[in-house]
Amino acid sequence: MSATREVISTGNELSAIAAVDAGCTFFGGYPLTPSSEVMHVISDLLPKVGGTAIQMEDEIAGICCVIGAAMGGARALTATSGPGVSLKAENLGLAQMAEVPLVLVNVMRGGPSTGLPTRVSQGDIKQASNPSHGDYRSITLCAGNLAECYTETVRAFNLADRFMQPVIVLLDETIGHMHGKAELPTVEAVKAGIVPRKTFDGAPEDYRPYECGPTEPATLNPMFKGYRYHFTGLHHDAMGFPTEEIETCRKLIQRLEDKVMAHQDEIELNEEFMMDDLTGEEGEVLIIAYGSVSLAAKEAIRHLRADGIKAGLFRPITIWPSPADKIKEHTSKIKNVLCVELNIRQYTEEIERASSRLDIEGLYKVNGRAISPYEIVNKVKEVF
Amino acid sequence: MAFNYDQYLRVEKMPTLWCWGCGDGVILKAFIRAVEKLNISKDDMCVVSGIGCSGRFSSYVDFNTVHTTHGRTVAYATGIKLANPDKHVVCVAGDGDALAIGGNHTIHGCRRNIDITMIIINNFIYGLTNSQTSPTTPQGMWTVSQKAGNIDPTFNTCDLAIASGASFVARENVTSPKKLEKIIVQALEHKGFALVEALSNCHINLGRKNKMNSAMANLDWIDSITVSKKKYDAMSPEEQLNLLPTGILHQNKEVAEYCDMYAEIQKVHQGERKKITQDDFTKKI
Repeated sequence: MSATREVISTGNELSAIAAVDAGCTFFGGYPLTPSSEVMHVISDLLPKVGGTAIQMEDEIAGICCVIGAAMGGARALTATSGPGVSLKAENLGLAQMAEVPLVLVNVMRGGPSTGLPTRVSQGDIKQASNPSHGDYRSITLCAGNLAECYTETVRAFNLADRFMQPVIVLLDETIGHMHGKAELPTVEAVKAGIVPRKTFDGAPEDYRPYECGPTEPATLNPMFKGYRYHFTGLHHDAMGFPTEEIETCRKLIQRLEDKVMAHQDEIELNEEFMMDDLTGEEGEVLIIAYGSVSLAAKEAIRHLRADGIKAGLFRPITIWPSPADKIKEHTSKIKNVLCVELNIRQYTEEIERASSRLDIEGLYKVNGRAISPYEIVNKVKEVF
Repeated sequence: MAFNYDQYLRVEKMPTLWCWGCGDGVILKAFIRAVEKLNISKDDMCVVSGIGCSGRFSSYVDFNTVHTTHGRTVAYATGIKLANPDKHVVCVAGDGDALAIGGNHTIHGCRRNIDITMIIINNFIYGLTNSQTSPTTPQGMWTVSQKAGNIDPTFNTCDLAIASGASFVARENVTSPKKLEKIIVQALEHKGFALVEALSNCHINLGRKNKMNSAMANLDWIDSITVSKKKYDAMSPEEQLNLLPTGILHQNKEVAEYCDMYAEIQKVHQGERKKITQDDFTKKI
């Protein structure tokens, strides 16, 4: 096991610290409860290391300046909550289309609209999969405990540079404002694990930023380094210039899908909690939960097991693309499946799709309050 | 010897998408001459454009170029500039781009006084999307979205920029390409937010339905509504009413630039200076 360190902090603060440790040098954002502490913390940390943090005039400007900085080669972060993601959506689409890497931390609160600004929700699960119009494959990670607010933010930066696209890190109000002890990798380990974005170092006349294998991302050199090309949200050719050529357009959009789906093994991360002894026998229970809800689910599983019910938790940490094969495998084996979410069936529908089953039970809560372990225990005893 | 525009153009992208007689080409050429005059390296400049006819400006020039979403040029440029304070960052936006959907970013770019040159190509109409009302369409003109006549009051781009804090504000007309070039030179040289409103023609989508059926007729109209700042200042308010002054309308070289101010924040956090207080500013509110 590699060296670790213990820190006492909040989820929001940990994601800001993680960004800086992962080499982020630019933050742009706008105040939005319950995510604002990310900006508060990083606006002190970045100037210390020569970086820049700016509070922009609105959410849209927040994402735009981050994309601009990232085009210049910087690792860049923005943080917000659901209403802010709605506003940033169009420009997230540009970053998908032009293949500009960045990280967006979304600390989820109650929605739709202004909703419940200070209360917890997981209502942005579907939004995270397609915040903007059009076809592309979103990568979305979801922190299930304090330590993951740190490690998933670090992982998001590496994935963004690997796949040249925005990566969303979902926190929720509970985990973002949770204050406690977290065991983290050392800063040295994080720095050693940084995988910078690929660059082209041949002659500028040989450079084709968007000419790449059918399952590979673009190779975008930072601006101002002698490799002049074009960024656009339009369909574009090998040099980034607008085109309507049929085959070029098709290949581009297909590649935005395939560059992620062909490499799901590099992206997928799950936790299987107390699942080792689940063999598919009658009466076993599989709970699927993510984010802060998984903490309640784990506690519930301990209670259920004390009561003689063999239960385990499958927790996707990479929410999108979903771990469909794993879901299929587990739900084929275990009959009693309960999905627990702070929304109405947003991920359950994905479980249904992946499992080809329509008898997945659900426990859903949308009143801004957390789900307690006892609610989960009672639900399991009620439905199975 | 004739000026060699090709050295700054992506000639393989020619002809442009712009219509015959469009003023945007005049602005493009004036811009290129200004860059050449200042001997700015192509690698040290980024041109950021938005959506509309003006949005294609960036794809024709051989710099680092970014074609952004509608209205967001200044927001993108702010990130590019802050992350690369030693580079030249230029925004090119249309009147709808800069003053309608992107109005918020324009005024806040002015307010921060970040070292960006913004060229607003004002042709008084949404051209690319076929004649909808823009924030600068004169009242009473026909637009496709107000066929009974436009009732919407207009923005005065330069007044807005001055009021918002831009430290260099100028207006010029495409019928004076040499003057336009000089103004762009000065805008690029100016440290701070430099806004240049370039008045241009759209005889296709503005002129055709408003009794300006050719480029020349549209340009004549622009000439008729513009007058040099010197002459304008000598006029009575009644005479000024339907005229727009041209030339450099405002310049303040004393006001602090945003990247420089941010460097002070870095110094505070790096222990090189005390915290910034109100005493550091002459004008605080």
